[in-house]
Amino acid sequence: MENPDINITIIDREGVKHQIEAPTDMAMNLMEVVRSYELAPEGTIGICGGMAMCASCQCYVLSETELPEMQDDEEAMLSEAFNVKDNSRLGCQIQMTPEMEGLEVELAPES
Amino acid sequence: MITTDILIIGAGPTGLFTVFEAGLLKLNCHLIDALPQQGGQCSELYPKKPIYDIPAYPEILAGDLTDKLLEQCKQFEPGFTLGERAETIEKQEDGSFIVTTNKGTQHKAPVVAIAGGLGSFEPRKPLIDNITDFEDCGVEYMIKEPELYRDKKVVIAGGGDSALDWSIFLSDIASSVTLIHRRNEFRGHLDSVEKVQELKNLGKINLITPAEITGINGNGKVESVEVTKKDEEPILVETDHFIPLFGLSPKLGPIANWGLEIEKNAIKVNNALDYQTNIPGIYAIGDVNTYPGKLKLILCGFHEATLMCQSAYQIINPGKRYVLKYTTVSGVDGFDGTRKEAPKAVVKAID
Repeated sequence: MENPDINITIIDREGVKHQIEAPTDMAMNLMEVVRSYELAPEGTIGICGGMAMCASCQCYVLSETELPEMQDDEEAMLSEAFNVKDNSRLGCQIQMTPEMEGLEVELAPES
Repeated sequence: MITTDILIIGAGPTGLFTVFEAGLLKLNCHLIDALPQQGGQCSELYPKKPIYDIPAYPEILAGDLTDKLLEQCKQFEPGFTLGERAETIEKQEDGSFIVTTNKGTQHKAPVVAIAGGLGSFEPRKPLIDNITDFEDCGVEYMIKEPELYRDKKVVIAGGGDSALDWSIFLSDIASSVTLIHRRNEFRGHLDSVEKVQELKNLGKINLITPAEITGINGNGKVESVEVTKKDEEPILVETDHFIPLFGLSPKLGPIANWGLEIEKNAIKVNNALDYQTNIPGIYAIGDVNTYPGKLKLILCGFHEATLMCQSAYQIINPGKRYVLKYTTVSGVDGFDGTRKEAPKAVVKAID
């Protein structure tokens, strides 16, 4: 069977680069991958549970990887969040798929 | 001074179910919550969203779950201190605790159960260097007393329902209302968006989008704010008040200073026994606690609340005997004099 894991890079809030394997067959999103590797302290990421309602999983997309288009609720949340840049996304709205091999993101500061 | 048997910090699902379980043991409860209503996250963040993993409910809206928990515990007459945040705790010589809120309300109980979820909801503050210097001197993160703004110049920032609704409301009271949002689109009820559009056309709301507040000026109180539109030079808008409305985010808050063992932003408890913390008499249940294998699920909070109440009973009634009863067998006797019980089986002979 083909390996359902992809290789992605996550830069944590301290600037440390982590190369990790993310499963694509467990319906996990990027926020959950970060939590499963404990790359940000529990309670500082994914606070709303993944409903695009808190922006605690905001990250900056550094690679050219093609990602799912932003939906209204994500866009609305980012319009009220802090430290937002043009490449900001909410990790909870990015479901891991095999096409995301090589994805590189940096976690936005806690706010 | 409010006195009770179990003082519960947090009126979310876990706190509310604790009232029921405590009631079965004839223990009274009082709950403190920083939010103005019961339900915690369920009512503050997602009242209209469905939950699918409450046993026996294939689907239930978070708001409805709150209503049902309130109905279930009603006959045990819980007391509530809402809109106040538990600030300090002091252990008394008799072993009981006094918990005081940020508004000075005092509560005394032999047992404290922290069911604080992710913490108390605090307003999210925009990243402006000197904003804290102006707090309560023209900067308010929530509107408590609209009359404060009568005939004053007001700047509101934000793009959600509360920014829209307050802009509409204050347009009748304040001498001027300026609404500033980072985008041209607002996320709110269609009615509110249309109303703001109408008031803008009438010149009653000054709308500046897409823009951000990038500075606050004033001598001891807010006199103007610096508004920056993308790729433009900042402009100054004169104002008496600046009201940033960017929603609420939960913070563990003062509980973190109560001398409890904290790990991963949660309170460590003894999960082998009764969810007691490192301070005897103080328990932590639901999303606020942590132990090996912890899962932050409402259903786990219910289980933890149930075990916690049995342990609390021993503290409150030392040495007193008790056996677990089934509600189907013994019914439920409310503190309000009501009684619920299973109907008796019909006994009739067949000729």
